[in-house]
Amino acid sequence: MTAVTDKPRATRASAAGSSGKGCPVQVPAPFDYARATSVADALELLERHGPESHVIAGGHSLLPMMKLRLARPEWLIDINDVAELGHLTEEADVLRVGALTRHAALLDSDVVGRLFPIVHDAEKVIADPVVRNRGTIGGSLGQADPAEDLTTVCDVLRAQVVIVGPAGERVVDIGDFHRGPYETACEQNELITEVRFPIRARSSSAYEKVERRVGDWAVAAAGAAILLAEDGTFADVAIGLTALGLEGLATEAAAVLVGERPSEELLAEAGRLAAVASSPVEDQRGPVDYKRHLADELTRRVLRRSLERVGATAGALQGG
Amino acid sequence: MTTVQERSPMPQEREPNPAMTAADRPIGYGRVQRKEDPRFIRGKGRYLDDIVLPGMLHGAVLRSPMAHARLVSIDTTEALAHPKVHAVITGKDLEGLNLAWAPTLSADTMAVLATDKVRFQGQEVAFVVAEDRYSARDALELIDVEYEQLPVVIDARRALEPGTAVIRDDKDGQTDNHIFDWEAGDKAETEAVFARADVVVSEDVVYPRVHPAPMETCGAIADYDPIDGKLTLYETTQAPHAHRTLYAMVAGIPEHKIRVIAGDIGGGFGNKVGIYPGYICAVVGSIVTGKPVKWVEDRSENLMSTSFARDYLMRGEIAATKDGKILAVRTHVLADHGAFNATAQPTKYPAGFFSIFTGSYDLEAAYCSVTGVYTNKAPGGVAYACSFRVTEAVYLVERMVDVLAQRLEMDPAELRLKNFIRPEQFPYKNKTGWEYDSGDYEPALRMCMEQIGYADLRQEQAEKRARGELMGIGVSFFTETVGAGPRKHFDIVGLGMADGAEVRVHPTGKAVVRLSVQTQGQGHETTFAQIVAEELGIPPEDIEVVHGDTDQTPFGLGTYGSRSTPVSGGAVALAARKVRDKAKAIAAAMLETRPEDLEWEKGRFFVKGDPSAAKTISEIALGAHGTVALPEGVDGNLDAEVTYDPPNLTFPFGAYICVVDIDAGTGKVKVRRFVAVDDCGTRINPMIVEGQIHGGLADGVGMALMEFIGFDEQGNCLGGSFMDYLIPTALEVPDWELGATVTPSPHHPIGAKGIGESATVGSPPAVVNAVVDALAPFGVTHMDMPCTPARVWAAMQGRATPPI
Repeated sequence: MTAVTDKPRATRASAAGSSGKGCPVQVPAPFDYARATSVADALELLERHGPESHVIAGGHSLLPMMKLRLARPEWLIDINDVAELGHLTEEADVLRVGALTRHAALLDSDVVGRLFPIVHDAEKVIADPVVRNRGTIGGSLGQADPAEDLTTVCDVLRAQVVIVGPAGERVVDIGDFHRGPYETACEQNELITEVRFPIRARSSSAYEKVERRVGDWAVAAAGAAILLAEDGTFADVAIGLTALGLEGLATEAAAVLVGERPSEELLAEAGRLAAVASSPVEDQRGPVDYKRHLADELTRRVLRRSLERVGATAGALQGG
Repeated sequence: MTTVQERSPMPQEREPNPAMTAADRPIGYGRVQRKEDPRFIRGKGRYLDDIVLPGMLHGAVLRSPMAHARLVSIDTTEALAHPKVHAVITGKDLEGLNLAWAPTLSADTMAVLATDKVRFQGQEVAFVVAEDRYSARDALELIDVEYEQLPVVIDARRALEPGTAVIRDDKDGQTDNHIFDWEAGDKAETEAVFARADVVVSEDVVYPRVHPAPMETCGAIADYDPIDGKLTLYETTQAPHAHRTLYAMVAGIPEHKIRVIAGDIGGGFGNKVGIYPGYICAVVGSIVTGKPVKWVEDRSENLMSTSFARDYLMRGEIAATKDGKILAVRTHVLADHGAFNATAQPTKYPAGFFSIFTGSYDLEAAYCSVTGVYTNKAPGGVAYACSFRVTEAVYLVERMVDVLAQRLEMDPAELRLKNFIRPEQFPYKNKTGWEYDSGDYEPALRMCMEQIGYADLRQEQAEKRARGELMGIGVSFFTETVGAGPRKHFDIVGLGMADGAEVRVHPTGKAVVRLSVQTQGQGHETTFAQIVAEELGIPPEDIEVVHGDTDQTPFGLGTYGSRSTPVSGGAVALAARKVRDKAKAIAAAMLETRPEDLEWEKGRFFVKGDPSAAKTISEIALGAHGTVALPEGVDGNLDAEVTYDPPNLTFPFGAYICVVDIDAGTGKVKVRRFVAVDDCGTRINPMIVEGQIHGGLADGVGMALMEFIGFDEQGNCLGGSFMDYLIPTALEVPDWELGATVTPSPHHPIGAKGIGESATVGSPPAVVNAVVDALAPFGVTHMDMPCTPARVWAAMQGRATPPI
């Protein structure tokens, strides 16, 4: 099989099955299709049609792979009619986001922007409006593409993922949800129903991505979330990297900050450690040294911006 | 000639008032909304894939996954057993019809379906005809092909090394990968000038492989009628007449039994000039099955197998005096033509019009040599709005002039102003044999500098540099070479590049103009109606433009190389003038006077000294077809046909300035402003001209910043989808700021020079010059396209590398 893309997704998906006899085509292989009306219905359909059935939400990752015949589900279970998955609810200490919430809805939400500015940072640079109108948060996390932005966002916000299956509901920490590129804790017969973001005072967050062009997959990106103690020192820091070969958080980079008062020198050290933690691979988007440099540069930027945002919030509170 | 300086009107004046009635619209040249747009805006365009014929079958091409491999065996048994498959065609089947190989437009041959080996990834191996397109695609997977891998030749620099695999071992006497050597200019004279020059600068400059990537991919529907032996071929083609003649020559179907129809075409940019194997397979499929066969390629097929553009590896050198007088330019080019030499260009010009690399400057000497080689990549080479390699030539000279400016520590705009060909030197014969028809370069560059605020920008740049911020200002000045051409110099496979056109005025004064050229979005239905309107005074909306159907239009070579207005525009104007001459004779008969006593004002003839004694063009048309006693030798119609053979090419020009900001931490380039002052001679519809410029500028930004088709060491195409082959969006391009000067062509019937490719030619050097200018503090003198963030960052580290 020939490489049609330098993204790791192709490598993995082609191993999952493609003809090997010619160049890729852009028409999917035959498949059947069913439309679920509720979570229970979706689970029942997944059970009935077995291991080669696949949930489809926005479809903007799955359909291109199907057209290239890199993915060949026998059944598509469409959950776009499942209204119970489209909620966005602010509670005292948690924001609950239904799995079917579209990127566009997250970007439009003032609540999301106020509580978690990183989500708006990321959503602004996820693909383009057409994709954002269809793509969902559950789909993004479930796809678990290494170049996918919301994974990093959820990592640094220490989100939880709610999964429903035949055995009932379970809540999984985001760190346990991810099991590697394209691998998650959500089994084939289960459904992601909700993502929960803990709400914390004196915290903020930021995300920045470098891309060759709007809508291209990230060359690299970084996200950070910070929590400041009352004395202005870092009480908690989470740093995540996108498309840079880091699973989970850059814990050592974050650790140098905790308990310390913010300074440019300290941010530079965190950046350096984030770069050390990264293990990027060379592709058409850039060589390893450049991507490592971005891990450093972007980490410093998102920490700086998070600090600016906390400062703005604190200032407003004092003024009030 | 006169130069009229005209500022682009303010934006609020730009759009014609929608409430404007027909009576307010210009009858002739001016801003008129496009006649074709109502159907496109309403989704009523009729593209190839919209056409459904009764009983139509669908074809799909099996393509090689390997770049170079011997074909050991093909087993089609399983595919043929598919219940919806009607036929599977292989190279062996085509050999029986003598169609396995076809001539290219560059005196070479290309495989239609592979017989001996495959020579690039994506090459056509077999063709399936099935009841629907999905079944056809499914059946491709049922064909079993055994390949024996061969060493691949990917780096053109190594294609001629001894011991390298020979790609074209099918050709008698071909023992290496060499295609041609070609030169222009005076080598000895150039060497002498270089030897005595104060300053010589040189750089290796790569114009990487890019792709036209039209929104509509290529396709065909072949409908062969076995009863009357007529082949109707719907095609995505920019050159329907040339295609018909070539099919007649290659396939042996008599030319009068072939009808080529090109309906609405969703972009061409040179990608739809050549004849692709899929077209021929559709024809064979229709003959074999007795039913119409549609074949439409998908995006990956388009990017991987159809005509690419550029792929020129250039060594540029400039010799100058120390005070900045450019004396000579010299270059050697290694041209990567892929697996078959299939470039679409005039026969005598294997490097197209590359020898216009002398640019807009008055030189003492110039010399170029070009070597073409085969590699295991898709064939093609002249495409993407390049005016037959003028793009490469302009990029080279404009990049090198900036390299010289940097060496001399001179302002790049000042250096250009110092070296321009002066207005009184036109018509100007350059050192490689071209005769530039007209030009007045300095006012265009000065207008561009003023419009962008050049001096202020340089001041801002100095302040930003002091703060460590990266800002660049890039200047480019181009002279285009379009409108091929005089048929004694320019032909494609022996067909002279002249164009026919026919104008008929109906009895009620409405008219039809029939063109040989075929629009792909350039607005021919409006522009050509306006040319007739200007000559005859018939409103454009009363003039039907017929094109794209060989049964309905006169012969001509097609739309590419910005030739439609220079060649067919001349033909239409002259045909309309013939109609006007005829109308004069008829009007004289109607007014019972002598033709020499009549005077023309737009739309009517009147008796000199008595404006009330007049006949309008409508009245004359009715008279011509009515009962008026016609003068001796005048037929009873108001029709005329002309085949126009232009006396020379036309030479549009322009001055472009681009401002970029670069994020020093990430290498990301942002194009902040772009001012383009274009001079294309007479502007028939300024709105359409500006639209053409906008599109070309976006192309230029795309090529400069992101577009690139690369290959890995195994010959896998790394640009085979829009995930990997990036084209710019509205977010990567600035609001274009346009200006215009008008220097008519002295030899063209209406003074028009053509605009289709000016911006694609002129803009890449402006962007790259701006990027290199921004990076000057890092000691960068050159970096190759595409200026992606990673590549810009590498240049900042002193590690600028060619992309290939």
